[in-house]
Amino acid sequence: MTMPDYTLKELMTIAAAREIRDGDIVFCGTGISMVAAMAAKNISAPNSVIFFETGAIDSLLEEVPLAVSDSRVMFWTSVNGNLADAFAAMQNRITGPHVVGIMGAAQIDKYGNLNSTAIGDYFKPKVRFSGSGGACDVASFVGRTITFMQHEKRKFVEKLDYITSPGWLDGPDGRKKAGLPAGGPVSVITNMASMGFDETTKEMYLTGFFPGITSQKILDNMGFEIDVSRAKEVEPPTGYELKVLREKCDPQRLIL
Amino acid sequence: MNISKNKEAGLKEAVKKYVSPGCHISIGGFTASRNPMAAVYEIIRQRIDNLHLYAHSNGQGVDELIGAGCISRLEIAYAGNGRFAPTCIRFKKAVHKGSIEVEDYSNYQMTLRFLAGAMGVPFLPTRSSLGTDIVSKWGFSSKMRKLDTRIPDQKLMVIDNPFGSWGDAPKLVLVPAINCDVTIIHAQKADREGTVRMEGLTFSDIEQVKSAKHVIVTCEELVEPDFLKANPDQNQIPSFCVNAVVHVPYGAYPTACYRYYDYDPNYLNEYRRFAEDDGLYKIYIEDFIYGLKDHEALLNKMGKDRLEKIRADLRTGYAVGLDRR
Repeated sequence: MTMPDYTLKELMTIAAAREIRDGDIVFCGTGISMVAAMAAKNISAPNSVIFFETGAIDSLLEEVPLAVSDSRVMFWTSVNGNLADAFAAMQNRITGPHVVGIMGAAQIDKYGNLNSTAIGDYFKPKVRFSGSGGACDVASFVGRTITFMQHEKRKFVEKLDYITSPGWLDGPDGRKKAGLPAGGPVSVITNMASMGFDETTKEMYLTGFFPGITSQKILDNMGFEIDVSRAKEVEPPTGYELKVLREKCDPQRLIL
Repeated sequence: MNISKNKEAGLKEAVKKYVSPGCHISIGGFTASRNPMAAVYEIIRQRIDNLHLYAHSNGQGVDELIGAGCISRLEIAYAGNGRFAPTCIRFKKAVHKGSIEVEDYSNYQMTLRFLAGAMGVPFLPTRSSLGTDIVSKWGFSSKMRKLDTRIPDQKLMVIDNPFGSWGDAPKLVLVPAINCDVTIIHAQKADREGTVRMEGLTFSDIEQVKSAKHVIVTCEELVEPDFLKANPDQNQIPSFCVNAVVHVPYGAYPTACYRYYDYDPNYLNEYRRFAEDDGLYKIYIEDFIYGLKDHEALLNKMGKDRLEKIRADLRTGYAVGLDRR
């Protein structure tokens, strides 16, 4: 069998899509996270429901939205609600554990805590970012989160400049001590690899490396050490996965 | 609130009457959708400054108010504008320069704060942000909070669940109510009495309206009260919440208004180019805001062809196939 040609973004999208289970309620933002959610729904998780923090539930997404408030998320939904509803569905003790959230951030630490607020001193930042939006709410409430990151030393850091969204906080008991619900981060997808969090220590470890990328290169681009002993090569996207991605999810190539 | 039966007003007079320097304000919409842009531009044109702005993810309108120097304090969850600006540019510059004071919350927390204001309670609880810097780092200092009677002494509070194990939530974050002087929203339809019908997602507009002392509604269509009463289950805001109703077609432009028009990608991309350079931004404000008499003048400046391109398709509510690169 010949290997289909694919781009890095396509590989990342499919790697994230494979983490979504059939029947998940998928919270996503814009960009690559939304395309991953659409890919999962069209490939392996037909019974998943995509929803947005703005309150749109099960949007058809005939065109790729450029914001979570885009009119494209409002067309052909099952319900058009509001922010109060959307976040309540994630905090809700019955529905919340079934939600998988797809996130992104400027910095991540080994426990999957995220910074999307500021680099440097919060009170006199070197670089200011957008801030939480719904990210802190999602990370606080839902059963599982998947995070997209660029694999760079300055993004995988020992200590975050600001904790915007809680991961496992400071270890296995972190969330419990803080009083948070039981969920937490399960996976991180970058432009080089996929990572998970150890059952016992809740520390990040390498689960998969992208074809052609060595463990050493992955470690060289991180500000902290992770266990690489359990990693396998990530299966490249299949011809069918690519076809769905290109023809159904983002035919105008606005994201990919 | 206001119980008069005719609240129809002009935008200039409504802004003049209800928005004054130093007042506490919130605007409706979310990132690039249904921001009350005509009103935002009018506030800028009237050079009203020193405003205290409350926002969840109100996007374009927030950035333009900051860029024009109208805002001195900002309580916000997300200062971005989707793919058009991952971080709002004038916001970022203002924070770097230290020209605005910022307090960070999450979107749910800001929504709950408006809801608390709407409900008439001093705070509401949530489990969001436990263990994070949203709890531990306060943008507004304790001292500043104590000196200003218009803001609560605490950014938020973490408490043990007073009901013990009930609800399986050992700790809670209490976020303080917002009751601002004025909320401005843009809706698809309203009548002269003040009843409002939004179409598509309502974001947190309803909570924002009900928590404010005064409310200005700008609308695409000013319709007869009987038109709204024929389908009351589609209306969200009762007339008595509203002080002024202003008919402003394209009042959300350049942001989107579901079923009427899309966002204008050209405008938003150009805006980004202007916003990145202080010199160009001065020219932008001069040419697109100060130098224009009103919103209609901006629409005329854009021209019919441009507005035609973003006209919403009847089936989907947005401009199908619009070039958005």
